[in-house]
Amino acid sequence: MIAKRIIPCLDVKEGKVVKGTNFVGLRELGDPVAMASNYSKAGADEIIFLDISATNEGRQTMVDIVKQTAEQVFVPFTVGGGVKTIEDVNRLLKAGADKVGMNSAAVQNPQLITESSDRFGAQCTVVAVDAKRVGDKWHVMTHGGSKDTGIDAIEWVKEAEKRGAGEILLTSVDTDGVKDGFDIALTEAVVNSVRIPVIASGGVGKPEHFPEVFKKTDVSAGLAASIFHENTFTVQQVKDVCRQQGVNIREA
Amino acid sequence: MIAIVDYGMGNVASVKTAFLRLGYEVEITDSVERLEQASHIILPGVGSFQAAVEEINQRNLAEPLRKLAQQKPFLGICLGMQLLFEKGYENGISDGLGLIPGDVNVIETEYILPHIGWNQLQIENNNQAFQVFQDKHVYFVHTFQARTEQNYLVATSDYGTTVPAIVQNGHVYGMQFHPEKSGEVGVDLLKVFMEQTTSVRGLEA
Repeated sequence: MIAKRIIPCLDVKEGKVVKGTNFVGLRELGDPVAMASNYSKAGADEIIFLDISATNEGRQTMVDIVKQTAEQVFVPFTVGGGVKTIEDVNRLLKAGADKVGMNSAAVQNPQLITESSDRFGAQCTVVAVDAKRVGDKWHVMTHGGSKDTGIDAIEWVKEAEKRGAGEILLTSVDTDGVKDGFDIALTEAVVNSVRIPVIASGGVGKPEHFPEVFKKTDVSAGLAASIFHENTFTVQQVKDVCRQQGVNIREA
Repeated sequence: MIAIVDYGMGNVASVKTAFLRLGYEVEITDSVERLEQASHIILPGVGSFQAAVEEINQRNLAEPLRKLAQQKPFLGICLGMQLLFEKGYENGISDGLGLIPGDVNVIETEYILPHIGWNQLQIENNNQAFQVFQDKHVYFVHTFQARTEQNYLVATSDYGTTVPAIVQNGHVYGMQFHPEKSGEVGVDLLKVFMEQTTSVRGLEA
């Protein structure tokens, strides 16, 4: 059977990994290529880079980082953040990224999903969705989770699938940074609405949160950032807890 | 020298990196002359079967590749493995290289598609050298699969149906997953392929 994936996410700003929870007082944690390489050696099933650079120089630096990562990391890696056009997708894939994540730009221009999927394939077209609970629904948020588009998140993931997305990277704006576990209700609702893999993100505070989401939903992968940084927990610790609880994971 | 066939289907840099890591000389090329000088031919590929066939035909590579596969070790990876078969049914019917009997059609499973992620290898006992990879996880990304006879199967994977993972016909091999993205296990698999085939015709790089 296919294994549940454990994915560390690295927030990269102007070429450096930064602590991504608080946009105020960002702290540099290190070199993205070295950190990605270490995570892959430690058993990460995949790596995600989220580029939060504010400048064009930062974006260009990201392309160089992707090139170096492709030479040193032997697990798949995805790059997202600031992807606006089909040319951005092309540039990152050419540099060696296995998949490209698109978020706000896909909401503003859903044709971007279609174009990416038609030209490069569903397997590398990841649609990132930031969702926030509003009443008994979830709305799609853009601009780092700050702007409510009013779009129903469930309808949006269905459209993303229809347009050729190969995967959904689902972040709960409500649980992100809270460290109290994944947003089970949202994850379940999205997983049950599409027939493509979903990666759950937002809310991990300890290794036990991974087996929780894997047992309560059919999600394909779980993503975390802060618990892996500064060596709070290792990927291996997360995998050990998953294994103890009967979750099918990859032995690295 | 190992030659990776460059025919415009997906990024091949990581395949090259994996062989470089094993200490081999590698070249990415679409030149028949260079392919003829290589000890091993690697056919990678990401995308659709039909688009790949068109790219190969545009470069007049189909016949040279068939001929080379008779002469030297040949490894198809992902879509490159699917192209080893006789026919593909993705976006209409098209002819593959016909190096292994069988065809390529959509995975019939109740599970979600594409088949993305780390799945375990089930060794099919046709090639002793691959025994050590029993239950090892490798990284798959695909929606279509090969349909072939049992005696060409080196390894399969369970995805609600039996998915051929490693196939072999003489010194023609195929890997449906991405060895270059399968961590240490993937690099070890490429190493075994090289060890298994370097003795073919006494070829030396």
